[in-house]
Amino acid sequence: MLHMKDISKVYRTEMVETHALRKLSLDVNAGEFVAVTGPSGSGKTTFLNIAGLLEELTGGEYMLDGVDVRNLGDRARSHLRNEKIGFIFQSFNLIPDLDLFDNVDVPLRYRKLSRGNRRKRIEGALERVGLASRTRHYPSELSGGQQQRVAIARAIAGGPALLLADEPTGNLDSQMAREVMQLLEELNAQGTVVVIVTHDPEIAARAQRNVHIVDGVATDLERGPSLIRPPATSAVSA
Amino acid sequence: MLGYYLDLAFRSLKRNIGLTILMILAIAFGVGASMTTLTVLHVLSSDPMPGKSQDLYYVQLDARPMSGYRAGDEPADQLTRSDAEALLRARKADHQAMMTSGNAAIDPQRAGLQPFFADSRFTSADFFPMFRVPFVAGNGWSADDDANAARVAVIARPLAEKLFGSTNVVGRTVRVEGADLRITGVIDNWRPVPHFYDLYTDNFGKGEQLFVPFSTSREIKLDRSGEMDCWKEAKDPEALGAPCEWIQFWVELDSAAKAKAYREFLVQYSLEQKRAGKFERQPNVRLRNVMQRLDFRHVVPPDVRLQTWIALGFLLVCLINTVGLLLTKFLRRSAEIGVRRALGASKRSIFMQLLVEAGIVGLVGGVAGLGLALLGLWAVRQQPADFAELARLDLPMLGATFALSITASLLAGVLPAWRACHVTPAIQLKSH
Repeated sequence: MLHMKDISKVYRTEMVETHALRKLSLDVNAGEFVAVTGPSGSGKTTFLNIAGLLEELTGGEYMLDGVDVRNLGDRARSHLRNEKIGFIFQSFNLIPDLDLFDNVDVPLRYRKLSRGNRRKRIEGALERVGLASRTRHYPSELSGGQQQRVAIARAIAGGPALLLADEPTGNLDSQMAREVMQLLEELNAQGTVVVIVTHDPEIAARAQRNVHIVDGVATDLERGPSLIRPPATSAVSA
Repeated sequence: MLGYYLDLAFRSLKRNIGLTILMILAIAFGVGASMTTLTVLHVLSSDPMPGKSQDLYYVQLDARPMSGYRAGDEPADQLTRSDAEALLRARKADHQAMMTSGNAAIDPQRAGLQPFFADSRFTSADFFPMFRVPFVAGNGWSADDDANAARVAVIARPLAEKLFGSTNVVGRTVRVEGADLRITGVIDNWRPVPHFYDLYTDNFGKGEQLFVPFSTSREIKLDRSGEMDCWKEAKDPEALGAPCEWIQFWVELDSAAKAKAYREFLVQYSLEQKRAGKFERQPNVRLRNVMQRLDFRHVVPPDVRLQTWIALGFLLVCLINTVGLLLTKFLRRSAEIGVRRALGASKRSIFMQLLVEAGIVGLVGGVAGLGLALLGLWAVRQQPADFAELARLDLPMLGATFALSITASLLAGVLPAWRACHVTPAIQLKSH
């Protein structure tokens, strides 16, 4: 599903050159639930942004569902992002002046789908997260947990193969956090790959596999940094 | 996607209604001021003979004496009667007409109608076909009528209706200064703007009501008007051979080759006149077509051009303000743009979405600007200038108002939309 090899990301200003990722290699296969942990500034978010095609990599190789993303233009990257990836953010990032229906509709609008097809997907996604009865409510009328569930509905409405979640429970209390995690686990159980960036060890413990990033270098906590896994399974090296 | 962009644009514009109104007003004032002055300029500088003006030439010769001569000077602006009649007889152009203006007293035969003066033109037969004058009844007169000073006339529709209550009056007579003239034709409302063929009367005048052969007008001694310049004492300045220039002369030449040949003819004519002792100066001829003539005579007042430039400058200032407002508005929405980018919107999609929003501002600004332009033109019409009453928005200028408004707002939107579609989504997503 996700194949990264020797990924590097360098931010350059006139004065400073910052290496956010250094030769990071990672494979995530179909059906996996991976937690990415690490201290602040370690490169977790950069990794997520590159994985989500929100940033371009400086060096290395990245294949997303068999597509080499290095030479794609903006339109092709946007299309791929729309088709393959669902994003869940820590602060939900719902659009405040759109109701729930229209918020979930946003990614679908950038596909050539019929109105009926979009409606079906939106209602299905909101049903899936238990908010089908509140389609015409606005985000400000919902609790944090409900807002995150809407964000999940928005992420899954397009049927992505990969869910990328950046601290999805960071702004939630423990009860709501558990509910959100349960939802993500259910989605994973139904075949969606989930990659979650988190500080929370409890959340990380619920993942099938943990990847730790420190100073832009990824380490598979189960196997150690130097091990190269065979292609059939997931692997991390740095 | 356009429907979606329109929906998003309306939501966005409603969200910051104060800012939206400010932008619409900026566009509206800029467009209103520009369209007011552009409409005046458009009216004043319009082609009075579209499709034909390039073939119609105003003729100038220099019959003046050597006194005051300076090489390269412009020849006299009008012709002497003898030169005009000679050129008319020569018939070297496709059409040719001599003319001057007058003010003739009309004695109505209709009960209850008092005698009155009518603006008149004393001209020759080709005037009507050459200037494509539209007739509602009958026709102009013939070249023979010119030669014979026939008692004929062409009248305009308003005069026909005033005198007879109808335009079906061909064959009837109109009494002018005691002479009965047989009506050969009635022309429809015809008012070329500017009044190009005679710039010695009102440049934007309403046109004449009575047309009489020049020869006839001299025989029945109709009063002429307009400018006359004599370089010697003349007992009768209007007489044939008098040293006075007062006749306008137009020719129609439908190709560059014919124009060149006609210019050569004028040079030869001048040489002949010089050899005969009638001209003193070397041949000095001009042949300007309609638009060249209007330009040469500065028919568009310079202050109208200046006002137009000032108004366009004002529009530019308004646009720059709009750019700033749109930039503020769009960049305020960086978080939303970041989310949309993350969810699959390309830069192009974002750019188009924001440009549609700018376009709506332009459209609404155009409607408001149209209102302001109409108000501005109303104010122009209250001025004492001779062109004032012509300052009205026609269909092309109406279209131009919206085109200008939408183009201006799209131009104003390009930079802000470009900047906004290049926001880094990753930063926006993390910081909100």
